Amino acid sequence: MSKVDLSVKLGHLRLKNPILTASGTFGYGLEFAPFGDLASLGGIVVKGLSLKPRQGNPCPRIVETPCGMLNAIGLQNIGVEAFLKDKLPYLPWSKTSIWVNLYAQTKEEFAELSSILAQEPGIAGLEVNISCPNVKQGGVLFGQSPRMAAQVTEAVKKKSKDKFVLVKLSPNVTDIKEIAKAVVDAGADGISLINTLGGMAVDIYCKRPKLKNVFGGLSGPAIKPVALKMVYEVARCVDLPIIGIGGISRVEDVLEFILVGAWAVQVGSANFTNPSLVFEMVKELPQLMHRLGIKSLDEWRNSLILE
Amino acid sequence: MQRKTLFVYELKKQQDTPLFHLILKGWPQRFIPGQFVMLRPRAWEFDPLWPRPFSICTWEGDLLHLFIQVVGRGTARLSALTKGDAVECWGPLGNGFPEVSKPLLILSGGMGIAPFISLLRTKTNQPVRLIFGHRLDLSCYPWEMIPDHVDKRSFCQQSEQDLKEFELRLRDEIWQFKDKGLIFACGPRPFLEVVHKYGLESQAKVYLSLENKMACGIGACLGCVAKTKTGFVQTCTHGPVFEAATLEEF
Repeated sequence: MSKVDLSVKLGHLRLKNPILTASGTFGYGLEFAPFGDLASLGGIVVKGLSLKPRQGNPCPRIVETPCGMLNAIGLQNIGVEAFLKDKLPYLPWSKTSIWVNLYAQTKEEFAELSSILAQEPGIAGLEVNISCPNVKQGGVLFGQSPRMAAQVTEAVKKKSKDKFVLVKLSPNVTDIKEIAKAVVDAGADGISLINTLGGMAVDIYCKRPKLKNVFGGLSGPAIKPVALKMVYEVARCVDLPIIGIGGISRVEDVLEFILVGAWAVQVGSANFTNPSLVFEMVKELPQLMHRLGIKSLDEWRNSLILE
Repeated sequence: MQRKTLFVYELKKQQDTPLFHLILKGWPQRFIPGQFVMLRPRAWEFDPLWPRPFSICTWEGDLLHLFIQVVGRGTARLSALTKGDAVECWGPLGNGFPEVSKPLLILSGGMGIAPFISLLRTKTNQPVRLIFGHRLDLSCYPWEMIPDHVDKRSFCQQSEQDLKEFELRLRDEIWQFKDKGLIFACGPRPFLEVVHKYGLESQAKVYLSLENKMACGIGACLGCVAKTKTGFVQTCTHGPVFEAATLEEF
């Protein structure tokens, strides 16, 4: 088999392959160590971290839907300090890129998180979460206004030193291209999309919502067509690296997202379906590329034929 | 803990009930009673999305024995598996019950019998008493798998009145046993709530095995959390067995 080039260049970062894990679906990474070699991944995006630990929302927090699921976890996390002390040292940060997804309620808090994480050599990049639908303050409220999305991006960028700053966009907007342009103008190094789609589920037998929070975020294969369209659209209006997210469950999906303009992808809910999946995908991708005669991802990216 | 492809060896439906035994071949590993596995048949592809958690009933040779009730889409599809079907399986997961170093009282309701079968079949020097509440005919449950040295009592509940009487029975059992040893309990939520209540009241040493919806089983999704005195923790990794006194809500 001739050698194929799986690497992806994001600014000064070089990922060994385009397969990352999506925040909130891969814990702090260590949970998945029994299922494969964490260092073999292109990157690990850990659960959204806030300055202080958060308890999250009351239960039920998750519900299964056709080819997907709704969640309203509410960003339960151990806080940035505990992550740096108890988790990061055990992650293979010298061998793969570790990304921290940031959650805060004000732009000042975002800036503080950014300055703390900027000191950490074990962290390759930050992913700014302006798209969580399950919290009362912050989250998607920042991601639905181009002005606020830009302010948060700027606040993080000012303190992030050499860390690569991704901004994670919500699909729950009128025009995602407007938000994408706003965060690019504010200095983002890249964009990741999409976060979950707002949704709900109800039970006719007890006449109640299935989530205590009433609303949740839809993820899984059900949202892949929406994600593909949005990646395709954003790739055509911004000139920065894009990380595609949304329902990626098979190695073929990785090439689909790169075909429409993504540089890399994050695998989310599929990690629940099969905890070995990302490790299997990393092994399968070069075989699939070889079969399709693709020598490098640069050559494949954005090569969709429209006639 | 490991992930392996197992194959359906036998699926035994229990008469006209929603209960069935699923025996899978290829399981390589020891486990602690009370631990569980996640199962997902290969043929599911994208739907249902999640694997399903089941406590381990027994394990002999390389056969993994599970006792399952059809409660929804996932378990209904599991009940339609046939011999030779491939099932992805990972485990054993969770903490399991503590070691039996004292006399033991087991309180079990319905499907809550499953995690106790292996424990009851293990030789111990300690006296073990089992109180089992059930709705369907006793012959539908793995009652015969429990050896005779166990002091086992079963109570059938078919009416509101039966349920009330069973609650009083649980209360009396807990109060009479409270200074003698450990109490382990597993069963449906209302059953566990009763055991939790009398456990706290009597200050008996009670361990509850919880059943919560899980998307991953390995601590990542944060969907199965229980509320403890120190906050929300994952049932899959911090449990499923919790000391009752540490639980606030489950």
